[in-house]
Amino acid sequence: MSAPNLDMMFQALADPSRRAMVERLSRGPASVSQLAEPLAMSLPAVVQHLQVLEASGLVATQKIGRVRSCSLHAPAMCIAEQWINDRRTEWQRRLDRLGDYLDATNDDLEPETNR
Amino acid sequence: MTDTALTQRTTVKATFTVERTYAASPARVFNAFADEQAKAKWFAGPPGFEQHEKKWDFRVDGVEVLGGRHASGVVTFFYGTYHDIVPNERIVYAYRMTFNGVPMSSSLTTIEIRPEGQGSHLTLTEYGVYFDGHADGGAAREHGTNWLMDQLGASLAD
Repeated sequence: MSAPNLDMMFQALADPSRRAMVERLSRGPASVSQLAEPLAMSLPAVVQHLQVLEASGLVATQKIGRVRSCSLHAPAMCIAEQWINDRRTEWQRRLDRLGDYLDATNDDLEPETNR
Repeated sequence: MTDTALTQRTTVKATFTVERTYAASPARVFNAFADEQAKAKWFAGPPGFEQHEKKWDFRVDGVEVLGGRHASGVVTFFYGTYHDIVPNERIVYAYRMTFNGVPMSSSLTTIEIRPEGQGSHLTLTEYGVYFDGHADGGAAREHGTNWLMDQLGASLAD
């Protein structure tokens, strides 16, 4: 399995057919022929795109019997990035709530503005 | 999950800052962090959060714990220790978080409050180390995918 590599991932995603394949896989695993179905291209072409996606670490494939099953693979690095974004968003939300709380309690606890 | 790449050891170090201006004195803003009842009014868990454990000890070396189950079923715990408290001006604490008991991150948070006009300006800065990135399994994977798609969207907008 490839190590997380953002450059390779973005390169892999720069192609609309490969993006369509990733979008399909974000809904769940699929076989190569299922991936090829909505795309106007030959099976070997799909396999070639799949190889690029696999090398980038975005997609993992596994041969089950005669069928090659493909699944999406969001690497740990991306998940950590998402985690950081979530923390930031959470604080933005919280500090907005703090503002609402401060507005709502404006009457008490402000001795310096009392006459 | 037997996914090899997901069990890779990784650390991501990151920092972020959030700033807000409030129509309230520094004393009132500070109190919203320093008083347990006041903080509970705005520092709640997300909707559907079921609290399992809470500890409150607002003083240097005091330990704060907030743990519980999220609507998604994920159990998170926050374990924090206050490092510096300057009334009405500054609060510094370090904390770690776990997802379903697995260490997820260690962070240092600095909250600075200064008077601004009739109100206050608050700056919150976090430095964090984020471990492995797989602790909440499927949900994180889905988020990671969404993140990737958003990044992609942003990169294509140029």
